[in-house]
Amino acid sequence: MLIFLVRRLGTMVLTMLVVSLLLFLLLEINVASVAIKVLGPYSSDEQRQLWLEANGYLEPFYVRYFTWLGNFIVGDFGSSIRFKVPVGDILWPRLGSTGILGLATMMVVVPLSLGLGVLAGMKEGSKLDRTISVGSIVTTSVPEFASAVLLSAVFVFYLDLLPGTSSMTDGFSLVQLSLPVMVLVLYDFGYVTRMTRASMSEVMMTHYIRTAVLKGLPYKTVIMRHALRNALIAPFTVIMLQINWLLSGVIVVEFFFAYKGFGALLLEASLNQDIFLIEACAMVAVFVAVATQTLADVGYTYLNPRIRFA
Amino acid sequence: MTDAVAGLPPRESKVIKYLKGMALIRESVVGMIGLGLIVFWVVMALLADLLAPFPPNATLYPLAMPGQFVEGMGTFWLGTDHLGRDILSRIMHGSRAVLIFAPLATFCAYVVGIPMGLAAGYRRGMTDAVLSFVANVILSFPVLVLYIIIIATIGASAVNIVIAVTFASAPGIFRIVRGLVLDLRSREYVFAAETRGESPWRIMLVEILPNARGPLIVDACLRVGYVIITIGVLGFLGLGLPPPDPDWGGMINETRQMAMSFPHMTIFPCIAISSLVLGFNLLADGLREVSLRD
Amino acid sequence: MSTKQEYEGPILECRNLSISYFTRAGEIPAVVDFNLTLEQGGSVGLVGESGCGKSTVAMAIMQYMGSNGGIVGGQVIYKGRDLATCSEEELRQLRGNEISMVYQEPMASLNPSMTLGTQLMEVPLCHEEITEKEAYDRAVQILADVNLPDPERVMASYPHQISGGQQQRVVIAMALLSNPSLLLLDEPTTALDVTVEAGIVELIGEIAKKFNTSMIYISHNLGLILATCDRVNVMYSGVVVESGSVEEVFDHMRHPYTKGLFSCIPLPGTDKLAHPLVPIRGQLPLPHERPSGCYFGPRCDFFEAGRCDQAMERGTTPMHEVTGRAGHTVRCERWSEIDWESYKPEGVVAHPSERGHEVLSIDNMRKYYELTDNSIGAMISGKRVRYVKANESISFKAHECETIAIVGESGCGKSTFAKVLMGLETATDGDVMFNGKDVAELPVQNRSPEQVGSMQMVFQNPFDTLNPSHSVGAQLARVIRKFGVESDPVKIENRVMELLDLVKLPRDFARRRPRQLSGGQKQRVGIARAFAGNPAMVVADEPVSALDVSVQAAITGLLMDIQHTYRTTLLFISHDLSLVRYLADRVVVMYLGQIMEQGTTDEVFAPPYHPYTEALLSAVPIADTSIQKKRIILEGNLPSVMSPPKGCPFNTRCPRKIGDICETQVPPFAEDHPGHIIMCHIPMADLRAVDPVIVQVDKDKSAAE
Ligand SMILES: Nc1ncnc2c1ncn2[C@@H]1O[C@H](COP(=O)(O)OP(=O)(O)OP(=O)(O)O)[C@@H](O)[C@H]1O
Ligand code: SF4
Ligand code: SF4
Ligand SMILES: [Mg+2]
Repeated sequence: MLIFLVRRLGTMVLTMLVVSLLLFLLLEINVASVAIKVLGPYSSDEQRQLWLEANGYLEPFYVRYFTWLGNFIVGDFGSSIRFKVPVGDILWPRLGSTGILGLATMMVVVPLSLGLGVLAGMKEGSKLDRTISVGSIVTTSVPEFASAVLLSAVFVFYLDLLPGTSSMTDGFSLVQLSLPVMVLVLYDFGYVTRMTRASMSEVMMTHYIRTAVLKGLPYKTVIMRHALRNALIAPFTVIMLQINWLLSGVIVVEFFFAYKGFGALLLEASLNQDIFLIEACAMVAVFVAVATQTLADVGYTYLNPRIRFA
Repeated sequence: MTDAVAGLPPRESKVIKYLKGMALIRESVVGMIGLGLIVFWVVMALLADLLAPFPPNATLYPLAMPGQFVEGMGTFWLGTDHLGRDILSRIMHGSRAVLIFAPLATFCAYVVGIPMGLAAGYRRGMTDAVLSFVANVILSFPVLVLYIIIIATIGASAVNIVIAVTFASAPGIFRIVRGLVLDLRSREYVFAAETRGESPWRIMLVEILPNARGPLIVDACLRVGYVIITIGVLGFLGLGLPPPDPDWGGMINETRQMAMSFPHMTIFPCIAISSLVLGFNLLADGLREVSLRD
Repeated sequence: MSTKQEYEGPILECRNLSISYFTRAGEIPAVVDFNLTLEQGGSVGLVGESGCGKSTVAMAIMQYMGSNGGIVGGQVIYKGRDLATCSEEELRQLRGNEISMVYQEPMASLNPSMTLGTQLMEVPLCHEEITEKEAYDRAVQILADVNLPDPERVMASYPHQISGGQQQRVVIAMALLSNPSLLLLDEPTTALDVTVEAGIVELIGEIAKKFNTSMIYISHNLGLILATCDRVNVMYSGVVVESGSVEEVFDHMRHPYTKGLFSCIPLPGTDKLAHPLVPIRGQLPLPHERPSGCYFGPRCDFFEAGRCDQAMERGTTPMHEVTGRAGHTVRCERWSEIDWESYKPEGVVAHPSERGHEVLSIDNMRKYYELTDNSIGAMISGKRVRYVKANESISFKAHECETIAIVGESGCGKSTFAKVLMGLETATDGDVMFNGKDVAELPVQNRSPEQVGSMQMVFQNPFDTLNPSHSVGAQLARVIRKFGVESDPVKIENRVMELLDLVKLPRDFARRRPRQLSGGQKQRVGIARAFAGNPAMVVADEPVSALDVSVQAAITGLLMDIQHTYRTTLLFISHDLSLVRYLADRVVVMYLGQIMEQGTTDEVFAPPYHPYTEALLSAVPIADTSIQKKRIILEGNLPSVMSPPKGCPFNTRCPRKIGDICETQVPPFAEDHPGHIIMCHIPMADLRAVDPVIVQVDKDKSAAE
């Protein structure tokens, strides 16, 4: 188990290193264009040259990479070109806002989709199952931007119940949070539901469930004790990986509702070629993704006695 | 030559066999609905020039409401946008871009992902370790982050979108193929092929791949649906196909500022894109259901 | 246990039970007109080939038919109560408490994520008012009763942490926990090795005595029924065709199918030359394609048109009492007319084999697998290498037209050996001379097409052996082209036809897909494929073990026939000692990667025995009432090849172990006759002194004389 943990963490670090190298290659290999991006298209050649020299850009590539990496690890991400402040100063608060959004979404998605998935998978082919399955297909077919449009049309335009933007300029507001969360939930829950259903229905067909029934256990015990324990191992992984997906969805939703979060920041940085901000945002996003993946793997092994006591 | 052998029924052509296999989808209601939606949009795309009431980019009558009749022009069934272009015509023409680029991009991703998955699953060892690691690195990016970075760096164009989709989806396909191959490679017919000294690529392509096609077809349907969403999202974020040609995501992006006052401009493209994606997802579900039956 | 009502009279009665499954294709009548009476303490066997409805009956008794099954007629009466009238709650109280069940695959029947203790304790906890402590004690006690060592440890284990045989003991313990009145066993030993099976069968016998439980034992193996039951129902295609006491049915069978079934299995009395096996022609009808009247009609040699195929009130021929034989019934219209004395069906043609020149010579071959962890993590942390000794010092020779059987239980290295021969693995050490050339280190890619074609394989699993994506013809054609037998398309096509003729399949099968073929037919194609390149040697890895008994005989016969025609050397890998005795010329017995004993078939099946051979022989179930066997039950589990015992590999389980020497020194290869080699420390004289394991006591003769 310990070896496994160490190995898994090693892979995680290695992945992060490769990603950082890729990013660095993509964004900073061409020194001249870095200068243009930083100083703007109207800067003169001398200005650019001076800036490059001052910032160590004339060093060989690997030296620059390691310096950059070193700075990065201690939390010095450089300065945002667009906002003219250190990247960290805007990044962390934004990440916090997105964390709230993500957390709220997960708090709805997890119980909802596990519940529905288990209900559907308990009796494969039943009416309830068909309804839930088709329902979840329909909701996953509606992209976030489309459901954002449709939901705002309903709740903002026709019903006038909720605000159409969620910029939260006057501090945190639950009302403003509700539409973005709804959109994210609508898109995400279908997938987890279907995975849970698949896992559950597979478990329900196993021989050990038959054994449990023919032992004379009450149906409730069969489900709660024998089926759920095995059926929820796979969805656990799916949920962890879903966090990766959520990061994508968050970009669209934040953009649409003008929510001041991490996704909107990343998009803004990309559109404005704000390279240091892009680098930081991308690394954070990948870190979150890789960390959840690692957690998913570790959790999976922990939940599965066949691996745990191998 | 084949009919020279006496007493044998004539050989069925491969195409007919596949069509017969596909015809099984009739047994799934859900699958048929999905197929219907897809066919509907394919017909729209093919016949857009004939069916569309107006030219897609013509400025006609700004801010018409759905169903509004304008003297001398006709009825704008779905209304017009802020530039006075007919939304119905734009949706019809816009289906072309989606229906060309989404399957094309998916196809490219398969062309890259399948051989890598075959190699990793069949050879295992180092090949697998390296390919899997590369796939994991790419997959560790949240998809949209990857798209945004790629498109923002190489620029928004149809070709670049295909490249970005290939790059981002191939690792997922790689994983699926690899998993299927790991399962299939231990079958005795593969063993038999090995004992007669077949080359590894022949074993992968002729002995293994055909038996993996069922799950791959289902996956392809889902993936096309997802690529449609991706293209839509990119358009919506302003990273899609360059204007003025109609593109569903772009239409939503252009008009979303006015969505609060004129919801029809954004809602109809949203419905279009969702229905097409739904078509592919339902078809995939139907295919899976049918393929599990025997 | 006082909660259980006392009941006089039969524990279980099935009356005219009919069970169907409802599928898209319509109603599938899986079981028709099934009758059974089980007395207190009795044991009834259900025997029949796969798909005949045995499990369906068991599930119907449990009233657990799945979503698409249902009882469409008749009754299941348990202690006088019609189970169909019981509510879900009443059924729940019966299940696991009064009626319990043991299943075919122990691993799959146990919940992988719960400890065995929890799973065991559940049973009394949900059926009785009992404390956790009492439940725990009861579980430990019952685990000891099923002869599991260290019950406390088993209680705390997860299913994957114990061996298959132990898992099955746990499942049996679980079934016995509430001291049920009726125990259903559905193929409880099919997934286990013979020596493990022998232990379980003995356990079942003990249980029946000790707990006075009534049993229904389901199996496809007549030998096991003989070992466990007093009555037997022979099933064919959803109906019981013959029913009676075990002695009656085994010694005085009346139904042509029962007769056919016994002629299909290699009993000690059969001999490929004098008394060959007689396969049943044709194949099992699908449930919805059964003929009218007698379901066995199309395959029966006594079929009489107008009588046997007459449509009957109950759908099939009714049961007839065999006059003068109490309790013996048979579902045949002509049972009293058939003259079994003059019935001499033609068996599978076999020829004495004259062995020719040496084809294969293996000398001291070893195959070690290096286990390395190839993940990136392991590469960083440094490689961890372990050796698995899959094959150790293998030496033997094979001649033209000879059949060599390699016998051993799972994991003894049979398949690794086949892989080395075929060139899929290279030997770690030693020589493998094939047709005068050393192929030990020649991977298949480096062998010439002619070399490859002259050594081919027949595989075990018919459902896996052909590629489902290509037609039968295309697969055969590929082999022909690959081995360079023919290259002209027309000639290839003709050769495909010849091959199909050779394995007695209709020519239009060339156009068929594998899924349109039955298991036996697929196996025939597999044989055709192996013989496509006119091989000098064919390795058959358990070619019939996945097939039904009635098909087995035909496939075995076919294989022997083709082998004789082409003078091919046949390496027959099998765990079925009866079959091996029937067809092999020489036998090689393997255990944990090493050869324990080798010699001609007669030498190996008679003393002197290697202690392992002796145990194997005694473990084989034999469906013959006139056979008496020595009982040798091996203790313990098969050790893992990862950590084989030091000294003699068999020392952890050997009942005749002579002392420390067995644990410290590798035994010598002692030769009894030239060619009969035994690897054991026991002196040859002592080995010679034992009695034969299997003796035929000729009851009829001794009675007559
Ligand atoms: N769930 C089901 N749906 C449809 N048909 C079924 C189902 N289960 C079994 N059958 C069919 O019913 C018949 C009897 O099956 P059953 O499993 O009882 O046979 P069996 O004698 O136990 O065979 P085996 O020796 O292979 O275990 C078979 O033809 C089988 O194909
Ligand atoms: S009834 Fe006729 S066909 Fe059936 S077993 Fe008897 S003799 Fe044969
Ligand atoms: S050497 Fe010893 S342990 Fe091995 S078989 Fe002979 S007696 Fe048994
Ligand atoms: Mg069965």
